[in-house]
Amino acid sequence: MADVAAPQGTVPEDANEHCVGPEHELAGRASGCEGCPNQQICATQASGPDPDLPVVAERLRNVKHKILVLSGKGGVGKSTFTGQLAFALAGDEEKEVGVVDIDICGPSLPRIMGCEREEIHRSAAGWSPIYVQDNLGLMSIAFMLPDEDAAVIWRGPKKNGLIKQFLKDVDWGSGADNTLDYMLFDTPPGTSDEHLSVVQLLRNSGISGAVIVTTPQEVALQDVRKEIDFCRKANVPIIGVVENMSGFVCPGCHGESRIFYPTTGGASALCKDLNIPLLGSIPLDPSIGRACDFGSSFIDTHADSPAAKAYVQIIDRIKQIVESTSSTSK
Amino acid sequence: MSHPEVGERLSSIKHVILVLSGKGGVGKSSCTVQLALSLAHQGHKVGVLDIDLCGPSIPRMLGLEGQQIHQASAGWVPVFADSTKRLACMSIGFLLPSKDSSVVWRGPKKNAMIKQFLADVYWGDLDYLLIDTPPGTSDEHLAAVEYLQEWNPDGAVVVTTPQAVALSDVKKEINFCEKVGLPVLGLIENMSGFVCPHCAECTNVFSTGGGEGLAKHMDIPFLGRAPIDPNLVMLLEQEDKTLVPDANDPDAEKERTGSIVETYQRCELSKIFAKITSHLEETVEAKE
Repeated sequence: MADVAAPQGTVPEDANEHCVGPEHELAGRASGCEGCPNQQICATQASGPDPDLPVVAERLRNVKHKILVLSGKGGVGKSTFTGQLAFALAGDEEKEVGVVDIDICGPSLPRIMGCEREEIHRSAAGWSPIYVQDNLGLMSIAFMLPDEDAAVIWRGPKKNGLIKQFLKDVDWGSGADNTLDYMLFDTPPGTSDEHLSVVQLLRNSGISGAVIVTTPQEVALQDVRKEIDFCRKANVPIIGVVENMSGFVCPGCHGESRIFYPTTGGASALCKDLNIPLLGSIPLDPSIGRACDFGSSFIDTHADSPAAKAYVQIIDRIKQIVESTSSTSK
Repeated sequence: MSHPEVGERLSSIKHVILVLSGKGGVGKSSCTVQLALSLAHQGHKVGVLDIDLCGPSIPRMLGLEGQQIHQASAGWVPVFADSTKRLACMSIGFLLPSKDSSVVWRGPKKNAMIKQFLADVYWGDLDYLLIDTPPGTSDEHLAAVEYLQEWNPDGAVVVTTPQAVALSDVKKEINFCEKVGLPVLGLIENMSGFVCPHCAECTNVFSTGGGEGLAKHMDIPFLGRAPIDPNLVMLLEQEDKTLVPDANDPDAEKERTGSIVETYQRCELSKIFAKITSHLEETVEAKE
């Protein structure tokens, strides 16, 4: 049965034993498809690998580092972290940074990065991202909504379509060659359509790695373990884990307390268990939230706070890891 | 499309309430659990259905990790969180081989699972069925609303935190409810302030008041404001739910109660949720 071997990584992990994967040319017609509830769907879809994959790879050819920011759990600070990471990376004027917000149903980066209510311009070269700074562009669905309260009630396939467009139709500028030093992807919580799509679409162009954000309590860590399981299944390298909201310093008495209590040892125990680097812990600081509400860079406005220092340390480590891995792989 | 099998199950359930929020991590699951515990404490029979398929947290919060679903001739038997069987729970967490396995599913498969949850779970007679959802306005929400629609669910409770970033997602969620014709029963502002255990000063970690303002602005009932309570966080975290948590002294020997329903009553926050719950009950009953 060598001829029905699936293209790597396309078989759904929960598929029947002999599934050839929906992208195989025999999809829907292989012997293993007999009796599968999805046979009809696979048989009627265009087979073969997605014809847009090379287009995406071509468009992102000159993007040096592609970093996913993931977390199984919602509200742990993925977008906050992505925003600060982007501001920090773009602090170096030599670097070009692009941010893609693939949280289609709840885009928060435009507010966090202070560019709400902007509109995307289309040109022959593609969609132009919104520039927060000269060297920092952002693409988000929020720039395409009629008003900011409009809900995006989309099922999976439509979300996937837009993500694909974000990857292949955005003109990241800086000349004709779309050169970017960093491209960051902010994701929604979970392990579903958006995550699968972005990973599959980037298969040909390569992902530098994923930064996983968590909070210290077990309820969040539980979901993070699932996300790590997802990364391993999808062959996405993990750069490391960031523990957010760990500890709270009362502005009144400066006593430290734990709002989200790490009953199972927090992120450090998880990292030890699963053998992944812990990039650092960021304390909960009410001014982070306020900086996000006003769309300013927390690291710049509160450079002396412990939280900003933690951020800077973590971001330096990410830079180091990403740059060292890409130089060894080339 | 009609879904008679869902209707049949729902015929023995008096009220169906969805707990929604556009944003993740605002406390949908912890609010669902607290509403359920408050309702159960008042003597109601309550079911909690967790349709967050990629990140189910209800089993951990109710102390039911590692439990399994049994199949009976009448359907899937939910897991009970207390000995008096007043609080039943169903989640995909009970169906996974290990607690670390990820559920990497696209939409259609999630929809099928939700339909099965709504059609095949043998809840018996319930006063309230609370449905905990994942963040966003996508497949799971559409599926749940689609299957429930013709059987008149009571509506949705929307949970938010006070900061602007969360509020903008919540507006989207309310917009979603309007579009699909789901009544909004009320809004809960969660994580509104944190009382420092050292000096008892209340800090607004995620600012405060935003939820109430939004409720007024959008003309929906405001159910209440719940601060962060480290004891509650601990109760939801710890594996043995019969121990009364004490976040100030986590290692001290703890008192023991009969069940999670009773332990919850020992948390300060239960008083606030008792008010939120009775507010919600009034709204639901007024609609009848």
